[in-house]
Amino acid sequence: MPCATFRANRAEDEYPLMKIGLFIPCYIDAFYPDAGIATLELLEKLGQDVEYPLDQTCCGQPMGNSGCNSDAAAAEALFVRNFAKYDKIVMPSGSCTHHVRDNFDAIPQTDEVRHVRENTYELVEFLHDILKVDAFPWAEFNHTVGLHNSCGTLRALRTASMSELGEKPFSKPMDLLSKVKGIRFATPKRPDECCGFGGTFSVTEEAVSAKMGVDKVRDHHQAGAEYIVSADSSCIMHQQGCAERAGVPIRFIHIAQILNGASQ
Amino acid sequence: MSDKPVNHARAAEHFIEDAPHLQFHDERLWDMRQKRDAQMHILPEWQELREEASRIKEHTLSRLPEYLEQFETNAKKNGIHVHWARDGAEHNRIVGEILKAHNARNLIKSKSMVTEECDMRPYLAKQGVTVTETDLGERIQQLDDQLPSHIVVPAVHKLTADVAKIFAKDYHTDPNIRDPHLLAEAQRQAARPVILHADAGMTGGNFVVAETGTFVVCTNEGNADLSATVPNLHIATIGIERLVPRMADMGVFIRLLSRSALGSPITQYTTHFRGPQKGGEMHVVLVDNGRSARLGMEDFWTSLKCIRCGACMNTCPVYRRSGGLSYGAVYSGPIGAIIDPTFNERKYSTLPYASTLNGSCTNVCPVKINIHEQLYKWRRVLVQHHEMPFVKREIMHMAGKLMGQPRMYRAAIKATEVSLGTMPRFVLYNWLNPWGKHRENPHPVKQTFNDWYRKNRQTTKPAAAPETKK
Repeated sequence: MPCATFRANRAEDEYPLMKIGLFIPCYIDAFYPDAGIATLELLEKLGQDVEYPLDQTCCGQPMGNSGCNSDAAAAEALFVRNFAKYDKIVMPSGSCTHHVRDNFDAIPQTDEVRHVRENTYELVEFLHDILKVDAFPWAEFNHTVGLHNSCGTLRALRTASMSELGEKPFSKPMDLLSKVKGIRFATPKRPDECCGFGGTFSVTEEAVSAKMGVDKVRDHHQAGAEYIVSADSSCIMHQQGCAERAGVPIRFIHIAQILNGASQ
Repeated sequence: MSDKPVNHARAAEHFIEDAPHLQFHDERLWDMRQKRDAQMHILPEWQELREEASRIKEHTLSRLPEYLEQFETNAKKNGIHVHWARDGAEHNRIVGEILKAHNARNLIKSKSMVTEECDMRPYLAKQGVTVTETDLGERIQQLDDQLPSHIVVPAVHKLTADVAKIFAKDYHTDPNIRDPHLLAEAQRQAARPVILHADAGMTGGNFVVAETGTFVVCTNEGNADLSATVPNLHIATIGIERLVPRMADMGVFIRLLSRSALGSPITQYTTHFRGPQKGGEMHVVLVDNGRSARLGMEDFWTSLKCIRCGACMNTCPVYRRSGGLSYGAVYSGPIGAIIDPTFNERKYSTLPYASTLNGSCTNVCPVKINIHEQLYKWRRVLVQHHEMPFVKREIMHMAGKLMGQPRMYRAAIKATEVSLGTMPRFVLYNWLNPWGKHRENPHPVKQTFNDWYRKNRQTTKPAAAPETKK
């Protein structure tokens, strides 16, 4: 396996070594396991000691976002039980990271809870800011992709510059993807418009949500994207459903899969 | 007023079914957002201006009573009559009395969201006063008996053909007119005689300056200036939060207002009213109507910083695809969704959910209101106050319990996978599944990540219990 070579030769020496707890959000576990597997394999290739606590469920976000914060308590307590023992907690999801970091307050804020909240990272920011990965020698993706920054990663975690603020352009996911051989980028007209998933919004405001989703996938398709790549599988799940129903020929992939060396 | 919660989702669904209107609405407002961005890029100090505007507003709101009294004192020195209205009813009564004292039967007015809040037109109609809106968009909405759907461009949800139809009915113009200029001219011809013969004029006020006792009105059509200066009697209805301490502060707000609203450097007309014209009378009605109560709400008082530019509406992907009327309230869009529940919690309990919490509104807000965070907080408050539909509340309650029990949770995931993989389409896609109405369900997978991990990692590498953190 090529990954073993990298682990032995360079990764362990070059990247800080930590005990990492891997959180796989419910919709990735159930519908996009490949994104979860890619996340795990990628971290392992980078020499990290990763564990996936088997009894994990959810971070509490759906209840928190609905305003039913007290109902998030059981999920949050379980999350802390599962992850308090790790140096860093990494998850391939911007919105879950946002919940843990910024809104995780249905339970008393003990030292353990604070440790978990302060050490939870979305995969892209973990690779970019903590490991400071400078190459993915195993990755090659010979396709044109449109990058979808979820609102959680963009405006809450600030992994890229936001068009509304006129700030100096930067993009952590783009920095990482640019290191992949063969990849080409398509630029949609409204790059950081929300795709309309929004958690329970996708069901309670079904019509608006689906319309936003269709508009989003068409924008990427018209810009020439063969794939929409995102750090959030929840947006992908919604967009994929919209694209399939509307007959927009575009494919979807999680950023972890491309960085881990998927070819399609 | 009925307390029945506004069904934003259904109204939005209806709006979306009309493709030409939807497309125009989305593109027109997105164009305004882009023009706003262009203006922002011209000004390197944009973020400093926002910060400064926010600071001035927060400072003013923290000392509102003092500044209001300072304004009153100085306005009186300028010969302005100052009135205080606790709520909409008091406002309407005050305005009615002023008009009665002058025997005024014809009132022309420019756009004012506060008079919409107070539902003033029907009140005055009962008193025998004819009210004519002079802002083009607002006039269209008045003739069509609709609330403004946007606080800056009130008829933005209408196409030229809709306006032609409305004007044909009231102005007897050709219903097939498709040239907006001809329609604007029809409005001008209809409005000018009314303006010339009006007994009284009414405006809103964008800013009230405490140190000078003056107020500022910003428009693009000049209609506020006609309303204020053609008749001898000028009444200005203004919310108490419109205050700024000093004239110098206007340099910050005027630079931000139109750039944020329409993406133009400044409104066509920015008029400082300093007192009555010769032989005339000027009244300012300062309206509370729930503002003091809002000022006392720890999480929501900063919504009073709003300068009514509409930038949050223009950028909101939900607003652009649902139209202002779908909010069923005087204030629509993101700012409406955080203000409206202060007027009627039950009726507007659905509005904080008409958002994906994407946060674009907060980023464009020229006075830095944390709109999307307030939307999030409103949801918590509404659930605490039992303003969430029972079924949804129960679903969240059950989901919350399930998420705390890994074994039951695993069983539920398995059941979902099985049903997605085995159920026929008509079972999966029906009215019970709003997700599937315009979207395909996610595809079932051979194994979950959890299954995969147990198979591929657990056997080769048993998870050694890591040390517990102290």
